Amino acid sequence: MSDLLSGIQLLFDWQVLIALLIGSVGGVIIGAIPGVGAAVAIAILLPATFALPPLVGLTMLLGIYGSSMYGGAIPAILINTPGTAVNALTTYDGYPMTRNGEGRRAIALAYSASFMGGVFSLICLILLSPLLAKVAPMFGSREIFLAALLGIILVVLAHRGQVFAAGMLAALGIFLNTIGLEPVRYSRRFTFDQSWLSSGVDLIVVVLGLFALSQAFLLLVEKDDAPEVKPIKGSLFSGLKELWLYKRVATVAGSFGVVMGMIPGVGEFTAQFMSYTYAQKTSKTPELFGKGSPEGLIASEAANNAVPAAAMIPLLALGIPGEALTAMMLSVFYVHNVIPGPQLFQNQMDFVMALYVALLLLNVMVMVFLLVSTNLVTKIVQVPSRMVGIMILLLGFVGVYSLRNSLTDCIMAAGFGVFGVILKRLNLPLVPIILGMVLGGIMEVKLRSAMPRVSTPLDMIERPIGMILFALILIVIGLHIRTLIRERRNPPQDVDTDIHLTQSGD
Amino acid sequence: MSRIKTLQELFKRYRRPGDLVFATVFFVFSIFLLSQIGTQSPWRGTRQIFSQPAFWPTVSLALMSLFAGLHLLSSLLSPRIPGRWTEVWQWVRALEYAGWFLIYVIVVPLLGYLPTTIIAAVLLALRVGYRRPGQLLVLAVLGAVIVIAFRGFLQVRIPAGAVYDYLPDSIRIFWLTYL
Repeated sequence: MSDLLSGIQLLFDWQVLIALLIGSVGGVIIGAIPGVGAAVAIAILLPATFALPPLVGLTMLLGIYGSSMYGGAIPAILINTPGTAVNALTTYDGYPMTRNGEGRRAIALAYSASFMGGVFSLICLILLSPLLAKVAPMFGSREIFLAALLGIILVVLAHRGQVFAAGMLAALGIFLNTIGLEPVRYSRRFTFDQSWLSSGVDLIVVVLGLFALSQAFLLLVEKDDAPEVKPIKGSLFSGLKELWLYKRVATVAGSFGVVMGMIPGVGEFTAQFMSYTYAQKTSKTPELFGKGSPEGLIASEAANNAVPAAAMIPLLALGIPGEALTAMMLSVFYVHNVIPGPQLFQNQMDFVMALYVALLLLNVMVMVFLLVSTNLVTKIVQVPSRMVGIMILLLGFVGVYSLRNSLTDCIMAAGFGVFGVILKRLNLPLVPIILGMVLGGIMEVKLRSAMPRVSTPLDMIERPIGMILFALILIVIGLHIRTLIRERRNPPQDVDTDIHLTQSGD
Repeated sequence: MSRIKTLQELFKRYRRPGDLVFATVFFVFSIFLLSQIGTQSPWRGTRQIFSQPAFWPTVSLALMSLFAGLHLLSSLLSPRIPGRWTEVWQWVRALEYAGWFLIYVIVVPLLGYLPTTIIAAVLLALRVGYRRPGQLLVLAVLGAVIVIAFRGFLQVRIPAGAVYDYLPDSIRIFWLTYL
C-alpha cells in the first residue's frame, strides 16, 4: 500500500501530467489515422524522450501505447479499416454494426469495452504486484536466458502460416545484434573492415527504419486515399450501461488480455483470438459473430486494451520485452541507466506503481476525451494518406538524426525503411526482427554470465523456475507440432482475411 | 451453431506476389553471410563454446539459412501468384523516397532545419500530386510546427544550418538555438 501511495506521489509532477495528456490525446489521434499506429509514433518520439526524466518519457510512450487502440477502433468500426493492427478483429463485428445503422452503438460499446479491459488489467496487476516482487528475484541469468528463449520461440510460432518467414526474420534480428565490436573480448564481428559497422547496428535506427520510414515510403508509393467518415450522432454514454449486460464476456476478455500480455512474444492477437472464441462458444447467438455481434466487438476490444499494462510485467520484472513496443521502451530505461529486472521490481516498486497509476489515469482521460470529441477525431481520419506519408517522413528524420547526428544512421534507417516496405507489401511480420535483436542480446549476455555455474546442460534447469520454463518450451513446441498434424488431417478453410494488410504496428 | 473460427482463419497471413523473389534473395544473402563466418567472426582455440564471440553469429546465421531455405522451398512449391514483377517495381519505387529522405538529411546542416523542412514538405507534396495552394500551405505549416515542437521546445539535437551564420546579429542567436 505504501508503494502505491508513493507511486501516486511521483505522479504529482507537472511534467508527468503533461506527458500523460500528450500521450493520451496524441495516442488516440495517432491510433485513429489508418497507417500510423503506436509503433510509428513511439519510434519517432523515442529519441526525444531520452532528454526527459525516465518517468516522464515512459508515461508519454505508455500513454500512446495504451490509447492508440481506443482511437484505432473508430475507423475499424466506421469504415472497415483498422486504425492499428490490433483493431483488425474489431472490424469483424464493428463494421457490420455500422452497416446495420448501429455505428453509434458500436463505437460506444468499443470505448466501454476498451475502458473496462484497460482498467480491469490495471487492477489485476496492482493486486498482483506484491506477488511478482517475490517471484522476480528467483530469476537468475539461467532463468532469464530461458525466458528470452521462450519469447523468441513464441514469437516465431505465433505467426501461424508464416513460421518459416518469422523464424528467418527473428534469426536476422539476432544476427543484427551481433554485428560490431563484441562486448567482452572486443573482437570484431561481421564488420567487413568498415569502421561505420564497428559500433554495430543501433536498435533505434532499425526500429525507425522498419516502422516509421517504411510506413512513409509505403504511403507515398501507394494510391492516395482519403476515407470518408460520417459523423456520429447522439450520446456515447449509453455504451457503459450496455456493457453491463455483457460484463461476463468483457471480464473474461480482459483476463485473457492480462495473461497473454504477460507472456513474451504472444500479445494482443492471441488474447483477442481466445476471448473471441470464448465469446462465440458461450454466446446465445453465435451465428451473429462476424455479422455484427456486440459480444464479438466487446471480446476484441476488451482483450486488446488489457494487454499494454500486462506487457510491462516481463519488461519491468525481468527486463524481457514481449513485443515491439515494449522492446522500444527498453531503450528509454537503458539511456537513463535504469536497468529493468528483478532489482527494479524489488527496490523501486513505487516507480512501477507510478507507471500503473499513470495508465489508470490515462484510461479515464482517454474515455472522457473520446466521449466528447469523437466527431473531431473522425475528421482527422480523413487526412489523405500521402499527406500522412510526408509527415511521417519528416518526423522520421527527427528520430534518426537527433540520435547522434549521423548520416550513416540515416542511410541505414533508409535501407531498413525500404526493407520494411518489402516486408509489409509481402505481408511478412516485422516484430520478429525487433524481438530477435533485443532478446538475442539478452540471451548472449545471460548465457555467458550463467556459464560459470553450469557444468552439464542439466544445470541450466536445476532450479524450479528454470525447470518450469524449460517444460513450457517443450509444451509450446509439442502443441505446435500437434496443431500441424491436426491441420494436415483436417485442413482449415482457405479464407484470406487480409487482416494484416492494413497493419502499421506489426 | 456456426463453426468456431480457428486462429489460422482469423490471423493467418497469406502469400503475396513477389514472395519467391524475396525468398530467393534472402536465402542467397543468408548463405553468403554464413560463408563469411570464417573471416568475419572466426572460432578461436579451445575456449568454451558458449563464450566464443563467434557462437551467436553462427547460431543466428545457421538458423537464418535454415528457415530461409524452408521459406524458399515453400514458395517454390506453392502455386504462382500473378503480378510478381509489378510487385518488385513497387519495391523499387520506394527507393525514390529513400533518396528524397537522404537528400533532406544532407541539406539540413547546410540550409538549416526550418527552411529545409518547409521546402521538403512542399516539394514532396508536389511530387506526390498535391497541387492546390491550400494543401501546400497546410504541409508547409505542419513542417514548421514539427521544427518548432522538436527543436524549439523539446530541444532535440539537430545542428543549426550553416547559412544561419549569415543572418543579422539580432536574430542569429534565436535561429541558431531554436530553429
